[in-house]
Amino acid sequence: MERKVVFAKPEALTDAPTHYCPGCTHGVVHRLIAEVIDKLGIREITIGIAPVGCAVLAYNYFNLDVAEAAHGRAPAMATGLKRVQPDKVVFTYQGDGDLAAIGTAEIVHAASRGENITTIFINNAVYGMTGGQMAPTTLPGQVTTSTPFGRDVKIAGYPLRVAELIATTSGAAYVVRRMVTKPATIASAKKAIKLAFQAQRAELGFSLVEILSSCPTNWGLNPREALEWVEENMAAYYPLGDYKVIDEVKSLK
Amino acid sequence: MAKILMKGNEAIAEAAIRAGCQAYFGYPITPQTELLEYMSRRMVELGRVFLQAESELSAINMVYGAACAGARVMTSTSSPGFSLMQEGISYIVCSEVPAVVINVMRGGPGLGNIQPAQGDYFQMTKGGGHGDYNVIVLAPTTLQEAIDLTILAFDLADKYRSLVTIIADGMIGQIMEPVELPEIEPPQRPEQPWALTGAKGREKNIITSLYLGGLPLEKVNLRLQETLEEIKGNEVRYAEYMLEGAEIVVVAYGTAGRIAQTAIKEAREEGIPAGLFRPITMFPFPYDRLDEVAKGVEHLLVFELNAGQMLEDVHLATRDRLPIHFYGKMGGVVPSPAEVLAEIEKIASPQRGER
Repeated sequence: MERKVVFAKPEALTDAPTHYCPGCTHGVVHRLIAEVIDKLGIREITIGIAPVGCAVLAYNYFNLDVAEAAHGRAPAMATGLKRVQPDKVVFTYQGDGDLAAIGTAEIVHAASRGENITTIFINNAVYGMTGGQMAPTTLPGQVTTSTPFGRDVKIAGYPLRVAELIATTSGAAYVVRRMVTKPATIASAKKAIKLAFQAQRAELGFSLVEILSSCPTNWGLNPREALEWVEENMAAYYPLGDYKVIDEVKSLK
Repeated sequence: MAKILMKGNEAIAEAAIRAGCQAYFGYPITPQTELLEYMSRRMVELGRVFLQAESELSAINMVYGAACAGARVMTSTSSPGFSLMQEGISYIVCSEVPAVVINVMRGGPGLGNIQPAQGDYFQMTKGGGHGDYNVIVLAPTTLQEAIDLTILAFDLADKYRSLVTIIADGMIGQIMEPVELPEIEPPQRPEQPWALTGAKGREKNIITSLYLGGLPLEKVNLRLQETLEEIKGNEVRYAEYMLEGAEIVVVAYGTAGRIAQTAIKEAREEGIPAGLFRPITMFPFPYDRLDEVAKGVEHLLVFELNAGQMLEDVHLATRDRLPIHFYGKMGGVVPSPAEVLAEIEKIASPQRGER
């Protein structure tokens, strides 16, 4: 009997089982990136930079050349890798603590230089790996292990809106925010990731896809409740949308 | 080959270019800035990579990235910037990728000043960042030596897949001297099967400094220590001046070594049997050779532009079998040869010195 493959693991993912918690959306985003890399046929020229945080072991899951950066420094490391091999595709995969706290200078300047790299930014409003402390993106009032009475903005300040911030840089070509909560939003996130990589291939400048993600373990919710929390609370503070899409990117498609 | 007059920072930059440096990332800081400025012009003219980073933290991580791709890469800085680079240096060493860092030291601690000093000796030779590691540290005393050691630094970085530093100071960076710049063939570099160049026709490569669980990280540490032992066996370098018949030997490096050399010449003219032992590799420190030298002499005088840092290595080398004197100036104060001579005279004839 002739058989046709209708569903398979992307070549850009390894067979290694991930260490992510049940209901965490890191795995979903890994898969979207891998599917896009396969679709664009760029696996053999793509180099990933893993962050410090829950995705620190991403180098075990992507079937690509991968470097593991110091906390927050992925965009600087990506800059070095890309500048000496401009024909390669270089992307960073970073969480909110990594990108929006300790690595704020690196991401802002990489974007501002129009560094021809792509950043996939996972915003789950919490430090996952260290056990649920306040992140720069933790919502006002949100309880974490370091804001046990809820984030008091008078003490801890306000959450940072990264996509909006990066969209103000002249070097950015494509900056959008998506979420991965149900098939329709996941499909939309995949399209955005694809466009971000295409923008890099077309040498149009810096591209960033912010993805609102869930962290059931540290939020104290079950996976389904966590996805609802993303839609109800996170998307309210961090509106989905296209924050900067230059004309050259619009005409890619 | 004709000699040309060059400033230290520019001579180091040109030496790096001739050694085949493909990429430079840096951040302006006095008294190193002319090095970055020279690179900003020449690297671009040659179609190579130059980038001014937003901080020394970023600069060293850009170096890390380019090194992961297998490029010949360097950065340069001065003391406060070198402190900021410690994080990246620790990662680079653990990842076993080659890179070169020039430190044109200035007075410290803190913001300090922009005068020449040697206060970063501990930070440079004893690790500096977190974890168990050392890096090769080369100490030039003239601009010609700075050129030669910069070229050597790239080769050693390749050979041991590690980070190599030049310990210079504001004097070396700022003075002008006639130098010869060698014409160098494109470097013969070792194969780099580990480099991140895209997993085409091979298994994927991973470059990381994360090794979860005790045993895997212990294994990496043992390998790093093995490399350090190899370096200690192969790369010890030093210079000796007027050691024959010397009873008082000055131990000094870099700019201090140069001042000491003049003082020793004058001491000899006065009939004081003085000599100079000048380490060139501050790591690996020439413990054995210094110990040998110390066996035949009566006094050692350690002279540094700091509070006495290399002094500890001199104690270690000689196990205090002879009197070890120290003369140091901190905070960017550079003594004249006459001041060092006075210290030598004190040791040679205590009564005379107290006059």
